[in-house]
Amino acid sequence: MSSLAFYVHIPYCVRRCGYCDFNTYTPGELSIDLNFRDVSRSYIDLLLQEINFARQISTAEKVPTIFFGGGTPTLMEPVDLGRVVSAIGEKFDLLPNAEVTTEANPDTVTQEKLAALRTAGINRISFGMQSATPHVLDTLDRTHNPENVLKATQWAREAGFDEISVDLIYGTPGESISDWQRSIDTALSLPITHISAYALIVESGTKLGAQVKRGDIVMPDDDETADKYLLADEKFEAAGFRWYELSNWSKPGSESRHNLAYWNGDNWWGAGPGAHSHIDGRRFWNVKHPTAYAQKMANGGDPKHEEEFLTDSQKASEEIMLKIRLADGLAFDSLTPIQIDTLEGFKSQGHLILQSWSEKRAVLTRSGRLIADRIVREILL
Amino acid sequence: MPAIPLTKAPQPSQTKPEQIRNFCIIAHIDHGKSTLADRMLGITEVVELRNMRAQYLDRMDIERERGITIKSQAVRLPWRSGIDGQEYILNMIDTPGHVDFTYEVSRSLAACEGAVLLVDCAQGIEAQTLANLYLAMENNLTIIPVLNKIDLPAAQPEKFAEELAKLIGCQPEDCLRVSGKTGAGVTELLDQIVKQIPAPVGDPLAPTRALIFDSVYDTYRGVVTYVRVKDGHLSTRDQIQMFSTGVRHEMLEVGVISPEPMVSKGLGVGEVGYVITGVKDVRQSRVGDTITTYNNPTKVALSGYKDPRPMVFSGLFPLDGADFPLLREALDKLQLNDAALVYEPESSAALGFGFRCGFLGLLHMEIVRERLERESNLSLISTAPNVVYSVTTGDGKLLTVTNPSEYPDGKIEKVEEPIVRATVLAPSEFIGTIMELCQERRGILMGMDYLSEDRVEIRYTLPLAEIVFDFFDQLKSRTRGYASLDYEPIGEAEGDLVKVDILLQGEKVDAFSAIVHKDKAYAYGTMMTGKLRELIPRQQFEIPIQAAIGGRIIARESIRAIRKDVLAKCYGGDISRKRKLLEKQKEGKKRMKMVGRVEVPQEAFVAALTTDADIDKAKAKAKERE
Repeated sequence: MSSLAFYVHIPYCVRRCGYCDFNTYTPGELSIDLNFRDVSRSYIDLLLQEINFARQISTAEKVPTIFFGGGTPTLMEPVDLGRVVSAIGEKFDLLPNAEVTTEANPDTVTQEKLAALRTAGINRISFGMQSATPHVLDTLDRTHNPENVLKATQWAREAGFDEISVDLIYGTPGESISDWQRSIDTALSLPITHISAYALIVESGTKLGAQVKRGDIVMPDDDETADKYLLADEKFEAAGFRWYELSNWSKPGSESRHNLAYWNGDNWWGAGPGAHSHIDGRRFWNVKHPTAYAQKMANGGDPKHEEEFLTDSQKASEEIMLKIRLADGLAFDSLTPIQIDTLEGFKSQGHLILQSWSEKRAVLTRSGRLIADRIVREILL
Repeated sequence: MPAIPLTKAPQPSQTKPEQIRNFCIIAHIDHGKSTLADRMLGITEVVELRNMRAQYLDRMDIERERGITIKSQAVRLPWRSGIDGQEYILNMIDTPGHVDFTYEVSRSLAACEGAVLLVDCAQGIEAQTLANLYLAMENNLTIIPVLNKIDLPAAQPEKFAEELAKLIGCQPEDCLRVSGKTGAGVTELLDQIVKQIPAPVGDPLAPTRALIFDSVYDTYRGVVTYVRVKDGHLSTRDQIQMFSTGVRHEMLEVGVISPEPMVSKGLGVGEVGYVITGVKDVRQSRVGDTITTYNNPTKVALSGYKDPRPMVFSGLFPLDGADFPLLREALDKLQLNDAALVYEPESSAALGFGFRCGFLGLLHMEIVRERLERESNLSLISTAPNVVYSVTTGDGKLLTVTNPSEYPDGKIEKVEEPIVRATVLAPSEFIGTIMELCQERRGILMGMDYLSEDRVEIRYTLPLAEIVFDFFDQLKSRTRGYASLDYEPIGEAEGDLVKVDILLQGEKVDAFSAIVHKDKAYAYGTMMTGKLRELIPRQQFEIPIQAAIGGRIIARESIRAIRKDVLAKCYGGDISRKRKLLEKQKEGKKRMKMVGRVEVPQEAFVAALTTDADIDKAKAKAKERE
C-alpha cells in the first residue's frame, strides 16, 4: 500500500506581511470577525469534507505526516486542528510515529495554546522567526518582538514538543552581514532541532515587490546573499545541524519528513484553498479563494481547479530539479550519460562532492548549492 | 477648356517635338510635390475624378507611408494652352527626392528641358532641393520657381520669393504661387510650363538614341524601362541594343503612361515613354544607359552614364538562423528592382550567416531593410554601417575594405576614406551648434552664405564615415528639426584610422569591430565594453571584455562570475511552477549565441549595435502601430 502525506492549508492571517505572496487572507479582505472563532469551526468543517473526498479518490492507507501551513494555522482553535488530525486518523491509517507539524506565529502562542496543540495530536512546531533584528523585521513587515521567539520555543519545549523548528529569512534589503550573524546566533541559542533559512524572494504583486519596482527599496547584491548562505551553512554545521536540503538543516533524525515527501516525489494530498496535491504523476490543485472553495465543497465536494498529468520526461525533469537540492543528491541511475557528462564539468569546478561522485551520486558542495538552478538548467536544457 | 480628351490629343509617335514639353518637379519631402502632381492629373483630366486617390503616382506602400518617392515615373499630360490655344503634350517626370538617389535624379533631369522648383512657402528651400536645383542648372534646364501651399496661414510667400529669386537670378514677382491642395494657380503653372520651357530638339533621321532614366521590375511584365528619345525613333518593330553592354533585346512593347500604361506604335524625338523587352533584371537595363537600334546603332552614347557605386555597407543577418535562405531569396527579388543594391554572403562568428550589403546611402539602407522585413516577413539584425576604405599595407598592397573584419592585421602604410561635401541649410541661430557638430565629426569648413537675412547655407567637407553613424539624427535634434542636409562624395582622403576590436574572454567578436578615427578609438572602446557589461548576463566564470587596437588593449571591463543562481524555496505548489519556468527557459536558450564559452543573448547583440536614435525610431514606430 502506498502512503499519502497530508498538507492542510489555513488561508488566514491577522495581517499580510509585505513580502508574502502566499494564498492567505486577512479579516479585512474577507470581512470577517477578527478572532476567527466562528471561521475556525466552519472552515475546519469544509476541510473534513475534503478529507472524506480524498478518501474516495486515494487508494493509499498509510499517512506518515500531516502539515498545517498557511496562512497562520494557529489562528484556528487547537480543538479544530485536532478534529482534522482525528478525521485523517479515522479515514486512513495514521502511523503511530507520524510527524504532525504546525506552523506558528511566535507572537500569538501562549503556554495554554501550545499545550492544547499537543493534546490535539500535533508533535512538531515550526515558528516563523525570520530575523533577530528589529529593523529587518520592520522591512519584512513582521509584527513580532524578536524576544518572543525565545519564550515561544521554551514554552513549546515545556509543552512537550520534541521537534521545534524556526524559519529564517536572509538577504532582506538593509540587512548587514552582522545583522544576519545575529539572527544565526540567536537561532542557535534556542532549544530547537531544525532550521529553515531562505534567501528573500521578491515576488511581483507584493508590497515589497512594488517598493523594489518603484526603486524605493534596493535589493542587496547577489554576491552578498551568497556570502550569507555560506556563513549560515558554516555556523549551522558547527552547531550540529546538518544540511539535508538546500535551505534546511536539522539535528540528526530531526529532518522534516513531510517536506522530504515533496522532494522525493511521494504522494501527498493538499487540503484547503489553493493547495496542491500529487498522486502518482498527476498534479492537481484547488481553487484559490476561500469563498470559491466553500462553494465547491457545497456543490459536491471536489475543490479541484486544474490538474496536469506528467509525461515521463516531465517526471524525469522534476526528479532532477528536486533531488539535486538534497544532501542525498541525485543517483546516476536517474541520469543519461550526456547529463552525467555535463555534471562532470561541475564536479571539476568543485561544485559536486568527490566522495559521492565516486559512489555514483551527484551531491552539491556549498558553492554548488548556490548555483543549483543553473546546474539544473545545464542538465535539462 | 484647357484639358483635351486623351483620344483627341496628339498621339504618341506622331507628336511633333514643338508640341512637347518635358519637365520635372524639384522639391523636398513634404513640400507637396505629390499633391501638386495629383492636382495636375485632375486638371488635365487624365484621371477621372472618381478614380483619383492621394499620391496617385507613388506605387509602393512604403512610398505612400513615408511620403517620399523612391522610383521616378513619367506621365503624359495633354494640355491646351490658355495663352496660345494650341495643343501640347506635357511629360511630367517624377524625380526621387533624396540625397541617396542623386544619380537617378541627375538622369531624370537629363530627360527634361525644364524644371519646376517647388518650395513650401511656410518652410523655404531645403538643402537637398538646393542640391537638385544646382544639378538642374548644370543641365541647363529652364527653372520655373513656384511657391506652394499659399493657402497655409504660416505662408510667407514674399520672404521665400526673395530667397528663390536670389538663388536662380530672377525677380521675386517671377515666382508663381500655387496651392496643390486647393488647386489655386495650377492652371497658370501648366500654361507657364508650355510658355517658358523649350521644346525638345533632336534629329528624327539620325541613329536612334534614347536615354534610360528609370528601370522598374514588374512581377508580370519583367523590367519596364522608362526612356526619353533624343534622336531617331523607337518602334515595336525594332530590335534594340544597350549601348554599354552591346546586348540585343527584342522589343515586346512600347507605350506611354497617362497615367495608366497605354500601348503605342512607337516614340519619336523628344517623347517620353516606356519599353518592355522581356528582361528580368533591372541591371540589364540600367539607368543612364543609351538605347539604340540594332540595325542602325549610334556610335555616340548619351553622356553621363555611370554605374551606381555603393557608399555604405552593413551586414544583414536573420534573427533566426534558419531564415538565411529566405533572406537570400528576398535579396534576389529586391535586386531585380534595385540596380544599386549589392550583396554577398558573409558569415559572422557571432551572428551566423548573413549578407554584406552595399547601399547608396543611409536612406537606401533603411528602405532596403524595411522592404526585406515587410515584404518577406523577416526579422533582421543589421551591423553598424561603415564606408569603403582603401588600405595600403606595409608591403605596398592596396586593399579595398568594406567590412571591418577584412581590415588587415599587420603594418598599415596608410588608410584612405571617402570624403563628402556636405551642405547644411538652417536658420542662422543654429550656426554655432552646426559648426560644433561638424568639428566634432572631423569637418572642415568650406564656406558659408546667407540665403536670406536669417537663413544660412554652411558648407563642410566631412569623412562619409562620420555622417553614416548618426550625424543626421544629431543635426536634426540639435537644430530642433530645422536644419537640412545634403552631401555628395568628392573623393578620398587619408585618415588617421584604426580598427578597434572587441574581445570577449579573449575572443574577437567580429560583429563589434569598427574602423574609427584614432582620437575616437578610446571612446568607442569604453562605450562598447560598458554596454556589453550591462547586456551580457553573469556566467559561471569571470568574463573579461576588452577593446583592442591590434594587440594593445585600450579599454577593459569585466563581468564577475555568478555565485548565486538558485531560488531558496521549493515546496509542493512551487514544483509545477518551477518546472514550467524551466520549460520556458529552454526557449530562451535557443536564442543564445555562443562566443567561445560565453553565452550571449541575441538581444545583447541587437542592443549593442543599436544607437540611441535607432531605439527612439523603433519606439516611434511602435507607437504609430498602436
